[in-house]
Amino acid sequence: MRRLARSVLAAFAVLAAGLASGQAADLSDWASVEKAARGQTVYFNAWGGARNINDYIDWAGDEVEKRYGVKLVHVKLDDTANAVAKVVAEKAAGHDGDGTIDLIWINGENFAAMKRQDLLLAPGWADKLPNWRYVDWKTKPTVLTDFTVPTDGQEAPWGMAKLVFFNDTARDAETGEMPDSFADLVDWTQAFPGRFTYPAPPDFMGSTFLKQALIESVEDPSVLQKAVVETEFDAVTAPLFAALDAMHPNLWRSGRTFPKNKEALRQLLADNEIDIAFAFSPAEASNAIASHELPDTVRSFIFSGGTLSNTHFVAIPYNAAAKEGSLVVANFLISPQAQLHKQDPKVWGDPTVLDTNALPDEYREPFDALDLGVATLKPSELGPALAEPHASWMERLEKEWTRRYGVAN
Amino acid sequence: MLALAPTLAILVLAGPILIGLLATALPAFNYFPALGGSQFSLDPWRELVVMPGLWRSALISLAAGLVTAFIALTSVAAFMAGWSQTRLFRSIQHLVSPLLAVPHAATAFGLAFLLAPSGWLMRLVSPELTGFSRPPDWLIVHDTFGLTMMAGLIVKEIPFLFLIALAALPQVRPHDFAATATSLGYGRIAGFLHAVWPQLYPQLRLAVFAVIAYSSSAVDVAIILGPTNPAPLAVRLVGWMNDPDLKMRFVASAGALLQLAVTAAALLLWLSAERLAGLIHGCVRVSGRRFTREKTARAVSAGAISMAAFAVFAGLALLALWSLAGYWAFPDALPRSITAATWMHEMPVLGRPLGITVAIGLSATLIAVAITLACLEFETRTAARVKGRALMILYLPLIVPQASFVFGLQLSFLWVGLGASFGALVLAHLVFVLPYVMLSLAEPWHAADPRYARAARSMGASQNLVFWRIRAPMALAAILVAAAVGFAVSVGQYLPTLLIGAGRWPTVTTEAVALASGGDRRVIGVFAFVQMGLPFLGFVLATLVPAIAFARRRDMRAANA
Repeated sequence: MRRLARSVLAAFAVLAAGLASGQAADLSDWASVEKAARGQTVYFNAWGGARNINDYIDWAGDEVEKRYGVKLVHVKLDDTANAVAKVVAEKAAGHDGDGTIDLIWINGENFAAMKRQDLLLAPGWADKLPNWRYVDWKTKPTVLTDFTVPTDGQEAPWGMAKLVFFNDTARDAETGEMPDSFADLVDWTQAFPGRFTYPAPPDFMGSTFLKQALIESVEDPSVLQKAVVETEFDAVTAPLFAALDAMHPNLWRSGRTFPKNKEALRQLLADNEIDIAFAFSPAEASNAIASHELPDTVRSFIFSGGTLSNTHFVAIPYNAAAKEGSLVVANFLISPQAQLHKQDPKVWGDPTVLDTNALPDEYREPFDALDLGVATLKPSELGPALAEPHASWMERLEKEWTRRYGVAN
Repeated sequence: MLALAPTLAILVLAGPILIGLLATALPAFNYFPALGGSQFSLDPWRELVVMPGLWRSALISLAAGLVTAFIALTSVAAFMAGWSQTRLFRSIQHLVSPLLAVPHAATAFGLAFLLAPSGWLMRLVSPELTGFSRPPDWLIVHDTFGLTMMAGLIVKEIPFLFLIALAALPQVRPHDFAATATSLGYGRIAGFLHAVWPQLYPQLRLAVFAVIAYSSSAVDVAIILGPTNPAPLAVRLVGWMNDPDLKMRFVASAGALLQLAVTAAALLLWLSAERLAGLIHGCVRVSGRRFTREKTARAVSAGAISMAAFAVFAGLALLALWSLAGYWAFPDALPRSITAATWMHEMPVLGRPLGITVAIGLSATLIAVAITLACLEFETRTAARVKGRALMILYLPLIVPQASFVFGLQLSFLWVGLGASFGALVLAHLVFVLPYVMLSLAEPWHAADPRYARAARSMGASQNLVFWRIRAPMALAAILVAAAVGFAVSVGQYLPTLLIGAGRWPTVTTEAVALASGGDRRVIGVFAFVQMGLPFLGFVLATLVPAIAFARRRDMRAANA
């Protein structure tokens, strides 16, 4: 009997040890985190469709290996959903401590979904990273709320995103003045039919365009900061859908087909099928010029009333095998050196999440001196930042869009 | 020992397949505790059926399966009938391997760039002939009925069916039969269709089913060429599966079952069409008409095959050009500048993925061929096809939509504790490779003339000796073709490699698909060639080896068909 009790106790002890390994390391003792991280391999699951970003991740891998003895492996994805699926499968199969994904590049809906399903490392860790002190959470509120969902430190900011449009100035004679608002854009499509389109929601970029249009067309934008009230949805969105109804016959292919994503949209601009494209990254046009995807006469523009803005992040799954290694990598990614290298347009051109004014001189000056590239607007030219509507709006908009336009005739 | 082979095959593979299916089916009825679905209900179905345009999506998928299979098969049959033993036939025959090796997605990209209003054909004649300085706003690619998508599928399925038919041809002694038909006064095509085709078609049937299953559920080709509003069912399914809202996975699972039903319906429709075609063929045969005026028919069949080959090669050539292009604007017929930058950048890092791709592909293919041969040999010796029926389960991975099935497969691997090891990955590939190897090999094997083996047995040869000296060498061409097909299938696997390998085993395909998601035609061009290189080598070996081994045995060579 006693022997049985002892073995039960032993089993519990093993179980408890197993549970303990499922928890975050002690962040108050950073030296111990770095020590535990040494020798770990971090599998960083990140979209792999851009050569310059892949190269940047390679560079970061070399740095963390040199500095902290952490090996970084970029698992290139075509869609972040595949990483989410992997974590879901591991949870379903009870693999709670030996997950195969250590770090994910993520934001918005994927983050909200993973957080809701308890698939992320808890409790929050990002705001306890040593380099968090440089992060600009005062003037960049999206660093703390991702699509109005509080991040609670369960993802660390990596870079800033802002909706910018671009066009080929070599075609100025044929395209007229570029629009300065969504209403302008609707008029522009009437004057130049067949020369504009947007990715079909629920593609991320297509939904972003819808949200921009919604914010500009509602009477009282403050309702968008709260969850959708179903009885008011039709009234709030009536102006938006009236404008889209008017615009769609004048779209590329008369709105009978839509490009799949922002990459397809950019290709259409390059092929001279359309005249205006857009992206969620101010450096997009400059990067595309550098890779010969767009002509060097392309320039960016924004709507002077403001465009959507948010942040992209890295997160750690709840069952990551190399938690300490992931923390060390996440901390390195928000270090002034890594952020500076990232914002260099010759590298990636992705805007920093740091407060550059608060940095030590040795970093602030090179930040100020960065030449952002011909087609990239300076931070001061990017116009006001519009806040993301509550996540429920996006979901509801996508549904309504598919209902109205998802079946073309 | 041999008696165990079918059982072993089923045991090793049925486990993952069945659990994979179950993990697809249960969420369709709202059961998946890890995402909060703990009670069975029909809610996912209720959500599915109100999806806008659902039935149109299903109809497009159904049509794509049937139309693709019909046109591809007709083209192959007509070409074989009208042109075998001609110079044109032999030169087309040499093109089959490279045609087959081109990945589906690369073919689709090439075709899209060929046909689009801003594509190369238009650039060739603009602005000189058309007056277009900017592309016209015509809906060609992504057309509403999916015609461009079907064209893309057809040009890829023609070489597949052609290859399988070539491998089967020597077994049915086409020359003797064709000569007899000709001596009775029949035209080339009629003679072939009356005398050879009825023996050949049964050997192609499984391959045709695979074509139907693939075309009715293809994702990559459909995304590049297919309609978008609404998209074919399989594309929407992947969209729901990948939706950030994890609850959509329940709807996606119900959609996967619907996709399965659509594919099954396409197969059933095909089976009834077979009956009908048989009846018509019978009527034509007894009418006694000789069909000697066949010039037009022959010209059309040659035209169809040549156009398909041209479309793939032209697309490929354009991708090659893109891989070297600087900025390339409409309406320039050639890029403004040429640069090797994309190649220089991608090549150095490809060594390891290339090695892994070969290692996994060879392992999975060797195992698959061994299992298939063991099963077939067992059937031959015992004259039993009973277990063969049970083997049908191995074909399921061909018709279950991959997006949902792979998720289940991944779960089953995790449950039995198979991590992201090399062995697990080979097993996962085996699930997809084995059915292709089996369907390429089974019918040619069964069609072999049993009298050779009987003669050998009567002279006292053991079963094993008969296998090694008679049956296997006689089937060498078919075995190698099956292996090449299997290897190509392994090389092409993206989702299983990514999800089960967890990034520990990057292959050229996982790299290619991830990089191609950036939409840069230069990168797509580079990887199209990287991806087709390995399967191409496989197919070349599959045609070269028998030609060399049987250089002095005329009737063993498929090349004389």
